[in-house]
Amino acid sequence: MALATRTDKRPSLPRTVWDSTVGKKTVMAVSGLIMLLYLVAHMIGNLKIFFGPGDFNHYAHWLRTLGEPVMRWEWTLWVVRFGLVAAVVAHAVSAYQLSRRDIKARPSKYVHSKPRSSYATRTMRWGGIILGLFIVWHILDLTTGTVHPGEYEHLHPYQNVIDTFSTWYGNVIYITAVVALGFHVRHGFWSAAQTLGVGNAARDRFLKACANGLALLLTVGFVSVPVGVMTGVVS
Amino acid sequence: MNDFTEYTTGEPVVDAKAPKGPVAERWDTRRFEAKLVNPANRRKHTVIVVGTGLAGGSAGATLAEQGYHVVQFCYQDSPRRAHSIAAQGGINAAKNYRNDGDSVHRLFYDTVKGGDFRARESNVHRLAQISVNIIDQCVAQGVPFAREYGGLLDTRSFGGVQVSRTFYARGQTGQQLLLGAYQALSKEIAAGNVEMHPRTEMLDVIVVDGRARGIVARDLITGKIDTYFADAVVLASGGYGNVFYLSTNAMNSNATAVWRAHRRGAYFANPCFTQIHPTCIPRTGDHQSKLTLMSESLRNDGRIWVPKAKGDKRPANEIPEDERDYYLERIYPSFGNLVPRDIASRAAKNVCDEGRGVGPGGQGVYLDFADAIRRMGRGAVEEKYGNLFDMYERITAENPYEVPMRIYPAVHYTMGGLWVDYDLQTTVPGLFAIGEANFSDHGANRLGASALMQGLADGYFVLPSTINDYLARNPHKDEVDAEHPAVREVLAETEDRLNLLLAVDGDRTPDSFHRELGELMWEFCGMARTDSGLRKALERIPQIREEFWRRIKVPGSGEEFNQSLEKANRIVDYLELAELMCLDALHRAESCGGHFREESQTPDGEAERRDEEFSYAAAWEFSGTGTAPVLHKEDLVFEYVHPTQRSYA
Amino acid sequence: MKLTLRVWRQKNADAEGAMSTYEVDGISSDMSFLEMLDTLNEELIVKGEEPVAFDHDCREGICGACSLVINGDAHGPERTTTCQLHMRSFDDGDTIDIEPWRAAAFPVIKDLVVDRSAFDRIIQSGGYISAPTGAAPEAHATPVPKPDADFAFEHAECIGCGACVAACPNGSAMLFTSAKVNHLNVLPQGAPERETRVLDMVAQMDSEGFGGCTLTGECATACPKGIPLPSIAAMNKEWLRAARKGRR
Repeated sequence: MALATRTDKRPSLPRTVWDSTVGKKTVMAVSGLIMLLYLVAHMIGNLKIFFGPGDFNHYAHWLRTLGEPVMRWEWTLWVVRFGLVAAVVAHAVSAYQLSRRDIKARPSKYVHSKPRSSYATRTMRWGGIILGLFIVWHILDLTTGTVHPGEYEHLHPYQNVIDTFSTWYGNVIYITAVVALGFHVRHGFWSAAQTLGVGNAARDRFLKACANGLALLLTVGFVSVPVGVMTGVVS
Repeated sequence: MNDFTEYTTGEPVVDAKAPKGPVAERWDTRRFEAKLVNPANRRKHTVIVVGTGLAGGSAGATLAEQGYHVVQFCYQDSPRRAHSIAAQGGINAAKNYRNDGDSVHRLFYDTVKGGDFRARESNVHRLAQISVNIIDQCVAQGVPFAREYGGLLDTRSFGGVQVSRTFYARGQTGQQLLLGAYQALSKEIAAGNVEMHPRTEMLDVIVVDGRARGIVARDLITGKIDTYFADAVVLASGGYGNVFYLSTNAMNSNATAVWRAHRRGAYFANPCFTQIHPTCIPRTGDHQSKLTLMSESLRNDGRIWVPKAKGDKRPANEIPEDERDYYLERIYPSFGNLVPRDIASRAAKNVCDEGRGVGPGGQGVYLDFADAIRRMGRGAVEEKYGNLFDMYERITAENPYEVPMRIYPAVHYTMGGLWVDYDLQTTVPGLFAIGEANFSDHGANRLGASALMQGLADGYFVLPSTINDYLARNPHKDEVDAEHPAVREVLAETEDRLNLLLAVDGDRTPDSFHRELGELMWEFCGMARTDSGLRKALERIPQIREEFWRRIKVPGSGEEFNQSLEKANRIVDYLELAELMCLDALHRAESCGGHFREESQTPDGEAERRDEEFSYAAAWEFSGTGTAPVLHKEDLVFEYVHPTQRSYA
Repeated sequence: MKLTLRVWRQKNADAEGAMSTYEVDGISSDMSFLEMLDTLNEELIVKGEEPVAFDHDCREGICGACSLVINGDAHGPERTTTCQLHMRSFDDGDTIDIEPWRAAAFPVIKDLVVDRSAFDRIIQSGGYISAPTGAAPEAHATPVPKPDADFAFEHAECIGCGACVAACPNGSAMLFTSAKVNHLNVLPQGAPERETRVLDMVAQMDSEGFGGCTLTGECATACPKGIPLPSIAAMNKEWLRAARKGRR
């Protein structure tokens, strides 16, 4: 009889995930959520700047001793850094490949175009690019000090931060990036929930509220630092 | 007078395949007597299936599952779009889940009676038996029928019967059943057992040495006309309601496959048996391209009425209760609004003819849900009919929760079709017809929710059992190919026909001819027919045909996607089929089911059958365009359901 | 009504296409959009020009054949199919842009007609329940809870018109695919093939050249049958579940 028989030879799990648009979106969702978690912690840490140079610099020092005595000086930090780089790379590569695919899937535009249809896509693509460039500058500025405007002093982040936000361009770059981050998180968090299959009709409102809340929290939290410097609250 | 009416009567046609014996055992007997094809040999047999509706889709899938090589065609871009998809109401099955006295025998009885005693008992009983298997099959495929809170299937009662045996999926039963068949077919396409040709239209059947051996079909994208060969050909191409131009059929539903088969020797039975559905949305003007059906299930809760006074122009809500005529409830107190379709349609026509119709042109009656909303609450009405109400509002811009719907009858289904025997084989050996394309099961009138039942019964169960017998008994010794003289002749004829259509280069569009023919048919061969009217139509049709071949304009070429050419070619066949429909209606001087002859009615205006003269199926043999055909009668024998005058009072 | 139509004309799949302008007069507001196009075509034929090719069949909003982008909206301004759109949605003197579905996976065949066979191949890859004819158990043997049956029906309503793909800025077929996956996967009858179904259908969808989903929600807004956006999340969940455990 000619009933169809399925030959059940399926590729490995990583292959299945990476080869599929749904799988790649999962990679983006998971890596995005990892970065989001990090950003929340990072934002909270940043707020310590309002308690003065002692608190803030001590916090920076503590980060490097995290996990002792099991870990040694900066070990934990490096683990986190490697994790984050992996997340950024996975997120960016997936995004790049998916975007190329999406653009190819719609080669010709409508003559009568509707701007609204690409709002989310545009926010995510351009926002992602802005954030990628920002990360590079941010590290060169405040981690390695390569492009730092003042005298970069290792383990004295309080002064370094004030230096950066004492320049107009430092503020512009940072605030632009944070606003982009807000939009990115707003669609990204909700989108990740859908990708991971958490979303459903009943939960949709709650998830959207979470996304908006997170986006607002991160934006306000991060922007407060340059604003603090500019207004002289932090000096 | 013209020559066409001078038909001759030939030898009676006999259904040689129907077994004798008790009606309930005939199907078992036939299946046992039928020869089988060895499973290992099946893949050597190719079967062509034309059409992918409920009948064609289910037949293609099932034959492929059995191991046959199936080559299947549809004119649509996907097999999922066949017009079965538009069936709304439901599908009957004698499951008796309601414990309300239903049984196979009652479904059999209701169908024979509903068909006004012009269907074969053997076929109808088989249909009723198989109905229960269909529901099982569809549920197993994942068809999301309506269910009750306990998780079991829900049923409702449907036009013309007093038991709840109709299974449904909201107002989209046809869609869900068709998608079930389409999915089964898709599985077989993926497995390589079905070779699917979408956007390919059958234009002729290839008959070699008296047997159907293939078809000629045109690729609608490239325009290429090709030949396809097989050991048997199954036509599942649907009905011919589009002869009327305005009908509830899809725009591209057509009669070409069945008419070409008829021209190649297949008898055409009861062509005048057309069903006019009572609940359609009235037309709004000359621009109307098709009519939209509102499910008959609406008649379960809606009440039909017109004003008592002629020419009452007040809005419906301002007409007081005692000035309304709920005419179905008045004339047929026991069935009320649930009388069979033919009766409901004719009653609507009568009140409109009296000048009591409502809406533009007075061609409509009210279907009122005010009482239902009062009784059940708006929520319950919405739950049951919400999508139909939405559809109505979209088309008419009137809110049926607030003002009564307006409905009017429209051509909906054709009970006539290719004559087939108990095995569903036409008079051309190897050529089978299933679903609406054949004439077999509904007699002169089809009951609601029975078309889906018949299509799936034919496709899933009947044909896959009976076609084996033909293939086993008739091994083809010689291969037929494109070089065979008979094949070249058919191909050349087809090409010539299309080339001629393109060459006329006249000044009238295909649609203008179609509309003209449709209006003529609606007037003289529609809800009520008379000897003089039919003769008028028979005189007019050849004139339209002549004008068509003189003035038709088809732009473009045949070697491309050309929708005007497709249309024009279908009209060629309508112009011949319409003539046969009128002749059949003329010769059947009785009224029965959907065929109402004004000369044959009871004193109170009901259809009067004349069993002693017309208790037969009229199978017509083609003898040339415009040339009088030959009538072959198949006598109908009623051993179980004895003909009585139908009474729904 | 008098209208100006700008219609995409393209001779065949290989030809370049462009917008052509036509005037139509005497349009009644009771006409359906397609009847308005019929009027145009009748005039074109009489004038000896080629009529505009467009897909249509049932004209009752259920077959899924009609497929026009009207003023940038798939199926036009109302939430329905093109055939159920009526001219009362437009005003006298309007200019209306009419274009075909645009997506790499839906190449234009002629004018406004596109090839949607990719959808058929997605269904062929797993959008069915294997239930050979004759093998079915008694219909009442397996009760289906009403909420599950309703969920299945809600997704089974998809008519395969492709408006979701046409509206999506990425030309993604996620809503179409998810509708069928959700219809079949929620039913007990669909359980045995639950994992292979979703994996195979998503893989086929990808290989047809549809874009990925960025959850813009345009698909669900355009869907004439109201297949909801969370349908996509539900399929993602099924896919992840299948990717984890479906590989035997």
